[in-house]
Amino acid sequence: MARIGVFICHCGENISATVDVAKVAEKAGKLSGVAFSVDYKYMCSDPGQTLIIESIKKYKLTGIVVAACSPRMHEGTFRKAAEKAGINPYLCEMANVREQVSWVHPKSDATTQKALDIVRTLVEKVKKNVALFPIKVPVTKTALVIGGGIAGIQAALDIANAGHQVIMVEKKPSIGGHMSQLSETFPTLDCSQCILTPRMVEVAQHPNITLHTYAEVESVSGFVGNFDVKIRMKAKSVDMKICTGCGACSQKCPTKKIPDEFNEGMGFRTAIYSPFPQAVPNKPVIDRDHCTWFTKGGKCGLCKKICPTGAIDYETQDEFIDVRVGAIITATGFDLKHADFFPEYGYGQFKDVIDGMQFERLASASGPTAGEIRRPSDGKVPEKIVFVACAGSRDKSKGIEYCSKICCMYTAKHAMLYKHKNHEGKAYVFYMDIRAAGKNYDEFVRRAIEDDDVNYIRGRVSRIYEKNGKLIVKGVDTLMNSEPVEIEADMVVLATAVVANIGAESLAQKLHISYDQHHFFSEAHPKLKPVETNTAGIMLAGACQSAKDIPESVSQASASASKAIGLFSSSEMTREPIVAVVNRQAPPNFTSCTGCLLCMEVCPYHAIEKEEIKDRGGNLIKVAARVNAGLCQGCGTCVAMCRNKSIDIQGFSNDQMMSEVMALLNA
Amino acid sequence: MRIGFYPGCSLEGSSKEYNDSLFAVAEKCGITLEEIIDWNCCGASAAHNLNHDLAIALPARSLALAEKQGLTEIVVPCAACYSRMATSKNEISSNVTMKQKIENYIDLKLTADVKILTVFEFLQKYIFPVVDEHIVSKLNQKAACYYGCLYSRPKETATLEQTENPMEMDEVLVKAGATPIEWAFKTECCGAGLSVSRTDIVAKLSGKILQDAVDRGAESIVVACPMCHMNLDMRRPEIKKQLNKDINIPVLFITQALGLSMGIPAEKLGLNKHYVPTDKVVNCVVKMEN
Repeated sequence: MARIGVFICHCGENISATVDVAKVAEKAGKLSGVAFSVDYKYMCSDPGQTLIIESIKKYKLTGIVVAACSPRMHEGTFRKAAEKAGINPYLCEMANVREQVSWVHPKSDATTQKALDIVRTLVEKVKKNVALFPIKVPVTKTALVIGGGIAGIQAALDIANAGHQVIMVEKKPSIGGHMSQLSETFPTLDCSQCILTPRMVEVAQHPNITLHTYAEVESVSGFVGNFDVKIRMKAKSVDMKICTGCGACSQKCPTKKIPDEFNEGMGFRTAIYSPFPQAVPNKPVIDRDHCTWFTKGGKCGLCKKICPTGAIDYETQDEFIDVRVGAIITATGFDLKHADFFPEYGYGQFKDVIDGMQFERLASASGPTAGEIRRPSDGKVPEKIVFVACAGSRDKSKGIEYCSKICCMYTAKHAMLYKHKNHEGKAYVFYMDIRAAGKNYDEFVRRAIEDDDVNYIRGRVSRIYEKNGKLIVKGVDTLMNSEPVEIEADMVVLATAVVANIGAESLAQKLHISYDQHHFFSEAHPKLKPVETNTAGIMLAGACQSAKDIPESVSQASASASKAIGLFSSSEMTREPIVAVVNRQAPPNFTSCTGCLLCMEVCPYHAIEKEEIKDRGGNLIKVAARVNAGLCQGCGTCVAMCRNKSIDIQGFSNDQMMSEVMALLNA
Repeated sequence: MRIGFYPGCSLEGSSKEYNDSLFAVAEKCGITLEEIIDWNCCGASAAHNLNHDLAIALPARSLALAEKQGLTEIVVPCAACYSRMATSKNEISSNVTMKQKIENYIDLKLTADVKILTVFEFLQKYIFPVVDEHIVSKLNQKAACYYGCLYSRPKETATLEQTENPMEMDEVLVKAGATPIEWAFKTECCGAGLSVSRTDIVAKLSGKILQDAVDRGAESIVVACPMCHMNLDMRRPEIKKQLNKDINIPVLFITQALGLSMGIPAEKLGLNKHYVPTDKVVNCVVKMEN
């Protein structure tokens, strides 16, 4: 005979303000099989848990129902309490009377009745619960890091230095990411490449890191501890083992006028190219979309002729490799809106209206102007530059409501760099607010304003147009009586909005992680699980989650690395036993499964295999399905397919579900 | 097919030529416009500065009358009227309390389901499909399409595809055989309702618009708003003082420009009713050979 305990939580006033908790407790106490029922202000608190533990012991309860919040919130808490009291934790069920009742209904008798109904269904379910035991699975102590920018680099090095294997996948020919394109970094003005390139080299040389550049994640299956990842190795057309990186091919390549991505379109590169001199690996690939051999069907072939080591191979195809990893760190970074997003600023047709990343290249010693700030149209040094902060960001009408976070700081830096290089030049910054919350950040902005004489104008720019070789910037100065302002500039730098990478959505779908409306990946909890995703074993690092500067990206990367290292700290991990099982019966039946294996066909996790039941002599008696508990995710698709109810989900059996439904119908 | 028509005060007075040219174009294409019987003032620039309910109720009454008349679609050629009508319609359809309140004020029931067409939408929907057979001449000039503010903002009522760089009027002008110029003042402010109280500001703002159009080689400016037309056409003496020079570029309504290409006589299009003479524009028109 079942002896069920029901514990109703007030959740402060979250539940008790709309649900008559005392009444629910009273009525629940009268349900058949319920031996004890009580309500309490905070069931999850220490005294609340003690109440549960003591009651289980005192009333010799065989199962409990905690009517409180969502099981996502506190199921673990109450199951632990049940375990402490000496009963199997899976004999504890939660009735969600907060998210599904008190938060969504007004105070009324009907609301109380609904809470009671939910409690009743769970009481019927828990009567049929059986003891379950966690499943132990081995952990593959290798991490996959997707993205080789500063966040990916930091995460990879941290994990590798902890003694675990790392596989890094980078879609471009070199690691380094956006940081490798930057000139100087705020708030210290130290050279970006000087601090980054040693890290890049470290990644390439680390014995625990396997680096795959020009590669992308094709598909991901499996689960935490054991993900199976297929990686597409894009055809480089150059044999990396033979190539010495001498660069003769790039020098001789006749296709020289391809806009250079690394220089944000302000320079040119060849079809066989290494993106920048400090690239890691510093070996070229052939861009097949532009190479004459590929576009004109076998013409040219110059690079192959001159390559001293014979490393060029036009025949290579994309290859796939399969790897098994225990954890995945997603560090795929961000993208910037470009000037062509802004019709009011000339749609990108004015050559001297550029975005922040283009300015970085102009200011960079390795850039197209060797660090001299010269405008793209005619190469003249601009006498007056206007910087526009919040270009697109915090603008609902542009569909980008959020703050891009990094622009206030880099705009101050840009203005400063310009002033340091051109003392006579004039720099103006149009801004909405200055958001300089960070260590030494506000001091940095004040330095731009006070020491470097940058003119900050609080107001927005409504339009930019060209007239007589000048860019007319029309804006407003909201601190000067909202006077309209017009500045004749030689160059304009738009601090355009930070947006998610183009491929972010499809990668999220491959990884089964969630993303927000702007395609930034979602963390598991905005405050308490900022680096985890909702998929166990997949962590986030850097700007793929939201706009971030370098220190923040690095911090998050180290945090996600520590999550992976934590996961790798034991050789096996326990999983919830909420998995499908095929029933077993006494001989001569062995099981009711007829071996039709429809379940095998539909299982999205490939967790079902064919089992041959044999007698002692090795003679086949029966073919049946068997579930690999390590792979099963408990989705229940197989249960729906099974024609004679031979397969069931532990903890959510057909019988249990039916009891719940009948409890509602028999009210 | 019945198409309703809300003239508003301008089209009966200061911008009669806009009215005449619109009807002339429609007539040529065999389209009749049905005026809303007993329509009233839309509230224009005054009501919404004084009383929000009044600003919603005034256009709502005309909308209710249109419904009563059995119209499902109305053309509102004036930009200010359009803006007020669309704002009122939006608010009534999204706010039940407001709807009931307004019905009380105007003592009429309304659904606010009437579709409100700007002049661009009207031309695109009803004139474009048949216009080619009526076009007999080419405007043969560089024209600056000036949209002003009320078609391009706020976001909630703007129907232009690219509010920062609209092209709808440019398309009409291409049909009429003109060459629309690329310029920076398509949606800049003309000074609007400050025309009377702060003519100096209007002179400054409208002056810049005219100057940029002329600098970029435009031979005419084309508008679709009576207020814009008034500021750009009538305020030339003040603009002259402001700029210290004469600017003689004529300002046409979109329907006048289209009408010219359809061979409608200048007088019928009201081209003789402007402050700045339009002969130069009219003289540019060349008959097409076929």
